[in-house]
Amino acid sequence: MSAVAHTAPRPSAGARLVSDTGTSMLRILLNYRHSPGLLAASLGVPVVMVVVFGYVFGSAIQVPGGGDYREFLMPGLFAMVATNGIMPTMVGAARDIGRGVTDRLRSMPVSRTGLLLGQTLADLLVSLVVLALLALVGLAAGWRARHGAAGALEAFALLLLFRFVMTWVGTLLGLLVGKEEAAGQLSVVVFPLAMVTNAYVPTGGMPGWLRVVADWNPISSVVEAARELFGNPAAPGTAWPMQHAVTATLLWSAVLLLFCGPLAVRKFATHGR
Amino acid sequence: MSDATRPAIEMAGVEKRFGATEALRGLDLTVPVGTVCGLLGPNGAGKTTAVRVLATLVAPDRGTVRVAGHDAVRNAEEVRRAIGLAGQHAALDEGITGRDNLHLFGRLHRLGARRARARADELLTRFDLAEAGDRLVRTYSGGMRRRLDLIASLVTSPPVLFLDEPTTGLDPRSRQEIWATVKELADGGTTVLLTTQYLEEADRLADDIVVVDHGAAIATGPPSRLKAAIGSQVSVTLADPGQLGSAAVVLSSLSGGDAQVDVAERVVTVLTRPGRDVLLPSLVRELDAVGVVAEDVAVRTPSLDDVFLTLTGEAAATLGRAA
Repeated sequence: MSAVAHTAPRPSAGARLVSDTGTSMLRILLNYRHSPGLLAASLGVPVVMVVVFGYVFGSAIQVPGGGDYREFLMPGLFAMVATNGIMPTMVGAARDIGRGVTDRLRSMPVSRTGLLLGQTLADLLVSLVVLALLALVGLAAGWRARHGAAGALEAFALLLLFRFVMTWVGTLLGLLVGKEEAAGQLSVVVFPLAMVTNAYVPTGGMPGWLRVVADWNPISSVVEAARELFGNPAAPGTAWPMQHAVTATLLWSAVLLLFCGPLAVRKFATHGR
Repeated sequence: MSDATRPAIEMAGVEKRFGATEALRGLDLTVPVGTVCGLLGPNGAGKTTAVRVLATLVAPDRGTVRVAGHDAVRNAEEVRRAIGLAGQHAALDEGITGRDNLHLFGRLHRLGARRARARADELLTRFDLAEAGDRLVRTYSGGMRRRLDLIASLVTSPPVLFLDEPTTGLDPRSRQEIWATVKELADGGTTVLLTTQYLEEADRLADDIVVVDHGAAIATGPPSRLKAAIGSQVSVTLADPGQLGSAAVVLSSLSGGDAQVDVAERVVTVLTRPGRDVLLPSLVRELDAVGVVAEDVAVRTPSLDDVFLTLTGEAAATLGRAA
């Protein structure tokens, strides 16, 4: 037979995981290189929120304890960027299924975990840029990290962790939905989820039942943890996740990641079987 | 491959059910190394499921599947190293360039960054996409996408290639280009299994055709034998309705079939017996000999419709065995 396979000798599972993670990352980053608008889009909404909430609604919102509202708002917007990590992977995973890319990849001798991990790690790099740019906008609006560099670094590390977790949630949802349009529609649902939190207003004024939902919303834990670590004004209330925001964020992250990560890999590997 | 005499693709008694739908009901398939097999069938016949089973995307409920000498279920990883797959979609990342798509697939096949790049350049040049290579795939025409998609399955020069309806929805020119590529690969020794709804496509490309209906093979053989087994339709239109009887006698004796007379249209038609070709000159001669004046004489080779109408009829079972 004159058709000789070009494939190299078989590497170990570990080497394959690393190599395929890298290739998958490269693919996502190349997409951003050709469409810088994607980056602008993920930055656009929080920047608009700085104006809309910081200067329009904020002019009429009182922070309990008398802090500056824009200082109260910024950790909320950082957390919103982290939460939005659900979108690109959800739409991307659904699009790949619709276009048959998932099938082609699955017919290749590649690490399934590596393919998905690469996509989420690439998103992490992108969101690092988005968070940094949003921090600059925040600084311009008068926001400061008041607990020093160490506190700020811890806060950003926590925000990135949560973004990473959300990209896995998005990957799983995208694989379950399987259609790009449906994934787009699902992302509309994410918005109210991010609104019923302490990100924009203190939960103290909400009706009792809604307050419970908001206080136990994982996003609220991230917001509250960021406020503590940045030393920004906060109105945590008495609910357990609000009193132990960093611990609650780590717990939520662990639970969501341990649930969604393996399930996403499994769903990817067995799609359409 | 472990054994050179072993077929490149073997399916035996493969069954697959999705919920209430029986996609495959005991499909048997054998494709010798270096040949092209055309899987022919209507929508929903199970062609795509068969390809998905062979490409390790779907696990069969029952039966054995071997590709390039490896068991597709127990040794899926080895099978994946030996195959290329181009499906019904252009399975590409549209947000990056054509060259990057090939480059990334090369890396996933572990060619290493440099070899993957070189291979991408080589393939783009060889298949006339070098200029378009640096454009984003979303700017490509439908034909270019499908060509790039086919090329993407060739990054490793796989010994076994699966093409699922490679030309459905393409314009005639793009279809010709895909056919030329498949022909070239087959000449180079690649084993190709392609599914199609077009008899012409199977006719042009395939060494053997497997007609699939309701999840099982109902006939197998080279295109010429399948067509011969079905026979062709001969029709004669007359000027004088009074000669219909004589024409029917001539047609019946020549074809070995029962000629049907349509008095209103003044047409006599007959379906020739398998293996008994009715040649136009002898038909005209015979008609002339009995004094019948024909206005029009037509011999129509079987279309896909004829293949199905015949094969799904009663004759199918025996014909499938005979072929």
